[in-house]
Amino acid sequence: MSTATPDLHSAPAGSGVNYLNASYGIRSWLLTTDHKRIGLLYLVVITFNFFVGGTAAVLMRLNLIEPTGALVEPSTYNKLFSIHGIMMVFFFLVPSIPATLGNFLIPLMIGARDVAFPKLNLLSWYVFVAGSLCALVAVLSGGVDTGWTFYTPYSSTYSHGLVVLAALGVFIAGFSSILTGLNFIVTIHKMRAPGMTWFRLPLFIWAMYATSLIFVLGTPVIAITMFLLGLERIFHVGIFDPALGGDPLLFQHLFWFYSHPAVYIMILPGMGVVSELITAFSRKKIFGYTFVAFSSMGIAVISFIVWGHHMFVTGQSIYAGLVFSALSFLVAIPSAIKVFNWTATLYKGSISYQAPMLYALGFIGLFTMGGLTGLFLASLATDVHLNGTYFIVAHFHYIMVGGAVMAYLGGIHFWWPKISGRLYPDLWARFAALVVFIGFNLTFFPQFVLGYLGMPRRYAVYPAEFQVLNVMSSAGASILGIGYLIPLVYLIWSMRYGPPAGPNPWGAKGLEWTTPSPPPTENFEEMPVVTEDAYNYPTAKAVRHG
Amino acid sequence: MAAAMIPLQPPSASTISPGVDQLYYLLTGITLFFSVLIFSIIFYFMVKYRRRSDDELPEETHTSMFLELAWTIIPSLICVVLFVWASDLYVRNSRPPAASTEIFVIGKQWMWHIQHPEGPREIDELHVPVGAPVKVTMTSQDVIHDFYIPAFRVKKDVLPGRYTSLWFQPTQTGTFHLFCAQYCGANHSQMIGWVYVMTPADYAAWLATGEKTESMVQEGGALYTRLGCATCHVEEGAGRAPSLAGIYGKPEKLAGGETRVVDENLMRQAILDPNSIPLPNYAPIMPTYKGQIDEEQVLELIAYVKSLGPQERNDQ
Repeated sequence: MSTATPDLHSAPAGSGVNYLNASYGIRSWLLTTDHKRIGLLYLVVITFNFFVGGTAAVLMRLNLIEPTGALVEPSTYNKLFSIHGIMMVFFFLVPSIPATLGNFLIPLMIGARDVAFPKLNLLSWYVFVAGSLCALVAVLSGGVDTGWTFYTPYSSTYSHGLVVLAALGVFIAGFSSILTGLNFIVTIHKMRAPGMTWFRLPLFIWAMYATSLIFVLGTPVIAITMFLLGLERIFHVGIFDPALGGDPLLFQHLFWFYSHPAVYIMILPGMGVVSELITAFSRKKIFGYTFVAFSSMGIAVISFIVWGHHMFVTGQSIYAGLVFSALSFLVAIPSAIKVFNWTATLYKGSISYQAPMLYALGFIGLFTMGGLTGLFLASLATDVHLNGTYFIVAHFHYIMVGGAVMAYLGGIHFWWPKISGRLYPDLWARFAALVVFIGFNLTFFPQFVLGYLGMPRRYAVYPAEFQVLNVMSSAGASILGIGYLIPLVYLIWSMRYGPPAGPNPWGAKGLEWTTPSPPPTENFEEMPVVTEDAYNYPTAKAVRHG
Repeated sequence: MAAAMIPLQPPSASTISPGVDQLYYLLTGITLFFSVLIFSIIFYFMVKYRRRSDDELPEETHTSMFLELAWTIIPSLICVVLFVWASDLYVRNSRPPAASTEIFVIGKQWMWHIQHPEGPREIDELHVPVGAPVKVTMTSQDVIHDFYIPAFRVKKDVLPGRYTSLWFQPTQTGTFHLFCAQYCGANHSQMIGWVYVMTPADYAAWLATGEKTESMVQEGGALYTRLGCATCHVEEGAGRAPSLAGIYGKPEKLAGGETRVVDENLMRQAILDPNSIPLPNYAPIMPTYKGQIDEEQVLELIAYVKSLGPQERNDQ
């Protein structure tokens, strides 16, 4: 990706000065306060993190081709899944859509020149890079084998290596989330263009707002948890290890109090993206705007009180289990409402199938399956059998990869012409979307079966009867990996060779499409005034009535 | 032929399994129904409303309150039914029958140490008779483990510093996997073993073979004497400590006014951290046995105290 920056400077013919060619040189990027450039800085870093985490996943799947482990020692395998989880969750998925597309689009979508605190925005990128470096050094030096969940007392007392450095990385990156969330909340409250009322906001903005609330309210808890973990590991203060007088389950309560809402940090922005894509490619107003908007807020609130469903088999009391089970069923409802409304939006639409739409439809399908299989785990009696098995792994990959990553890729493809000013080859993009969809399902569907059969997760070696399903999964992973590499190639290619996109290649609604591509540094030549609802696509009826 | 190679269902070998499987298949049915429903509608719309020309304008549609309510209320009702069904089953599956025989498990990196009350000890193997309920009481010597027998559909974390328990009643003889299902370090995936479900006759024969060992109660009694517990724990009111006879399962009033039922966890705490349980009529003079006896010996002491009949205790 290091070649990406210079390429961006060649402005498409006839588009004049824009945020990419307004100034040159590495300093102009590293000291920028332009939200669009900061979005791209995040894009470079998280793309790197994604491929680090992805490489670890490929090595894991290779190892699992043989029941006895085809590639590495069990202790190395443990480090691989720790690298994969830590990099993907904290350093890719959590910042993915908010820090890249959110940074780039929020001011453009609400009609502002920048976010509320541009310097804070740049600071949060540096903080994120510092956190990423800590984690990278820790995991790549082979120092972490705790899994991304850092469960005590294994992490605090028994594990060897650089657990504290990895935890420090998570701790530092958390501040980046908090600063970004704060910035977005203030921006959305204070910087909307005249006429951009709350209920005219694109649903992507509602999703970003809900996500930012979780950033600000949830992230301090993971920071505290990592801090306490460090205290116990370095100074042997008895907090979590019973041998020191601590409580091992306290860590899990604190960890999941953040990490369950964090699941919604990952999926809510994806839902926002999909609302934009479905409307644009069916040329329709979203069905049930208020229901979709409020379901985002509902998910954000309820997500804070369901953490105990990660702990049904820890010996937590039956009554706590019952309460957390009921609340977990409750959080399924707003998700169902969204899926039904997206589907209904297609009704009588004018639907086209460019690459972003394929990702959006893939998202709906995979998210639906991920959500429904969540019911197996909210149900106490079945959770006992499935908890800690590959069923869990399959379930949350359907949500986080089938959901969040599909939406992220869909969003990148949708707004790429706006970001780069160039078009990418649509045929290749559609092909890649198909490869990703097939590879994903082949990788993760067999894991549902493996989980029901009883194969525990995080196993470097396993009984031979599980081999066929594991080989299927590994085959799928190789296809999925290729599916992720193809866009990397043609998107970079398009920055130099793609035809100019023009301001609105999709014919989409939304303020970001009213300004040139790439947008000028100040976003709009003339500040917009909003006079209509979001997704106000022309209809046959409106035209007939003139 | 490939289907024959791919197992789709784990063996079902306990009284708990059929209920869990029933719910699992109900959930699978619901998942299939809604997935197929949504996929079909999307495919239908995709074909029917595909863009035919670039300047095509779609018909106007309006948000329908009826539809919004329908797809809020119907999933809610399904969730209520699932919640009640799953919770009822869970509560029933959580309560061991009173007549259960007890087995004790100590997890440590990376093996399962299993102890039968009659005396035999096993590593990574568990022999149980078919048709009888078994309650497993577990603790860990180091990190968190998880005791998982897929064929029985039972699983519970094994925690350091406290006891957790689960129960099962095997319904068929055979050999079944025992897994550690909570990541516990380098050899986590090798912390596995086998459960042998035997006919009662075979099980009795198995108990009788092997080296002659003392029962847990006998071992605990010897330990009780050797540690000098009996110098203070004499008849109620006569010594420096309360009588332990018949104390198991009874509510005990603490100095703070709190009442706690004497169970395995409280007894463990009383042995390893006695001053954390102040009693109203006794001075906090008991020494801690933390570091002096291991988890196995704590279990033996508890087994011995549980065996002390109520007739020896003077209930005022």
